[in-house]
Amino acid sequence: MVSVMEPPQTVRPQTLPEPLGSAANQTEKLQVMIDVREVDFTYGDNKVLHSISLQMAARAVTAFIGPSGCGKTTLLRCINRMNDLVDGSRISRGAIHLDGIDINSPGLDVVDLRRRVGMVFQKSNPFPKSIYENIAYGLRVAGVKKRSLIDEAVEKSLRSAALWDEVKDRLETNAYGLSGGQQQRLCIARALAVEPEVVLMDEPCSALDPIATAKIEELIQALKTQYTIVIVTHNMQQAGRISDFTAFFYLGKLIEFGPTVKIFTNPGEKQTEDYITGRFG
Amino acid sequence: MVAASSNSRRSFVQTFMFWTFRLATYFVLACATYIFLNIAIKGSRTVFTNHAPFINVKFLTEPPQTLYVFDYQGKKMELSDREFRKWQETHKEPVDATSIAYSAGGIWPCIVGTALLVFGSMIVALVIGISAAIYLSEYSRDTRFIRFIRIAILNLAGVPSIVFGLFGFGLFVIFFGWNVSLLAGWFTLGLMILPAIIIASEESLRAVPKGLREGSLALGATSWQTIRKNVLPYAMPGILTSSILGIARVAGETAPIMFTAAYAMRDEMPWQVTKWTDFFFQGVMALPYHIYVVSSKIPQNEYTERVQYGTALVFLIVVMLIALASIVLRERQRRRLSW
Repeated sequence: MVSVMEPPQTVRPQTLPEPLGSAANQTEKLQVMIDVREVDFTYGDNKVLHSISLQMAARAVTAFIGPSGCGKTTLLRCINRMNDLVDGSRISRGAIHLDGIDINSPGLDVVDLRRRVGMVFQKSNPFPKSIYENIAYGLRVAGVKKRSLIDEAVEKSLRSAALWDEVKDRLETNAYGLSGGQQQRLCIARALAVEPEVVLMDEPCSALDPIATAKIEELIQALKTQYTIVIVTHNMQQAGRISDFTAFFYLGKLIEFGPTVKIFTNPGEKQTEDYITGRFG
Repeated sequence: MVAASSNSRRSFVQTFMFWTFRLATYFVLACATYIFLNIAIKGSRTVFTNHAPFINVKFLTEPPQTLYVFDYQGKKMELSDREFRKWQETHKEPVDATSIAYSAGGIWPCIVGTALLVFGSMIVALVIGISAAIYLSEYSRDTRFIRFIRIAILNLAGVPSIVFGLFGFGLFVIFFGWNVSLLAGWFTLGLMILPAIIIASEESLRAVPKGLREGSLALGATSWQTIRKNVLPYAMPGILTSSILGIARVAGETAPIMFTAAYAMRDEMPWQVTKWTDFFFQGVMALPYHIYVVSSKIPQNEYTERVQYGTALVFLIVVMLIALASIVLRERQRRRLSW
């Protein structure tokens, strides 16, 4: 299950897919969902993000790309404050706003934030419970008790994650009996069950085979109509296929951010071009 | 030539070391087998009988009594205290009887006492121990103070049990005024195994994959909900395993209870109390303390030996049964929550 799938990283501009929706070219008209303003992030004394500023559009897919250790996952985990769990780490400057609200303001309830900003992890992490209980978990911790409501949410989110037909007859079996790709889609379904506005995905396909990857990519395309999606990926072809906007990070700095089509066909920075064409990374 | 001789030397050393390790293992096994068989064989003469129901029911269900041994009309009589008094009512002539304490009757109050002590002290130790382990592994940050606490816990694990006994005597029995009581025994024994429980529980909690915690928190669960629903249930089998070892230690220790909870002899059973609160403030008899009293406080002879070995065997069986119960509990939980 843990065979890391890394396709060749050389992508020539002419092989890129067609522009994904006309929205990609019209940043100004899109509603801004996540606004990152001049964020510095430190682990102890080690500064890992340097003055990052970017805006992520609602109901669009934003991809973070860049070589390992460039800070893209750290920034992603700032958006739902998952970094709170890491001792000695903090945002030392700047702010992140979600739909106009500062997510690090002292009065904000982090539990509430995480309900609005769901997350799918690199390593699929279903709970060792039944499929049904995995989906119901987010609702139960939110205090939903009514069985019919939970039943409904389970079916709806499994359908949204394109998993319903595969598991509808075995909802009560342990989630660990599912294949790797199914487990990852279960984790997506679990995140959708609490009806978030934003879904963060941290390399969701890095441990999956090409077929399971294709299914998840298809799913991301479908979810885009309802959710704001931010995805970290090592796979540039994937970023090219599924995202509307791409941010390229290198050594903790945001090198370039723009519509995916532009980044991949006509990058403004030399480093971006070198990375995308596979000269380093 | 040189190569050949060093080769044979090497293979000799290899064989020698192999046999050293093997014999060391067999030696431990032989010791354990000897001890166990010795107790089992000598003890079964007391615990089992050669006629139906094959178990010495009296030994398991009666309190200890004094044994009277005397010659009567050329016959050797062995009567318990009660039987002896009844016998004296019908036979008026005086007899020259030897009395041997605790050697007639049975050990029922000791079995009950040990069971109560184990049960109560495990509850004390598990509640405090698991709570402390949750704090250390889930909430605390790695500060100097927390590291100091960890070292203190490790040191506490090495404190001799008699020190715990005296500590319990000073704090619970005298200072809190609980007297010699079940409650004082529970807390003394509980404190004694607390370090082992904390260390093992913390390790079990840490063994739960981080992904489960993050997955739960990312769904909007609070830390406590995450711990209760997604960490503690998976750590429980490991915690129960450590508590099995705790049970064996708690049941077997004499030193911590001799000043805090144990009576050498008590006529009432623990449930024969006038007020329910008295239940917690009564001393009890206990198997290890009974063995200690019978083998060190009274003159030794063939009759006391019977009680000693019988008690030791019953004690081994009781500990085994309690351990077995927690193993069954653990396996059931593992099956329910396997991942």
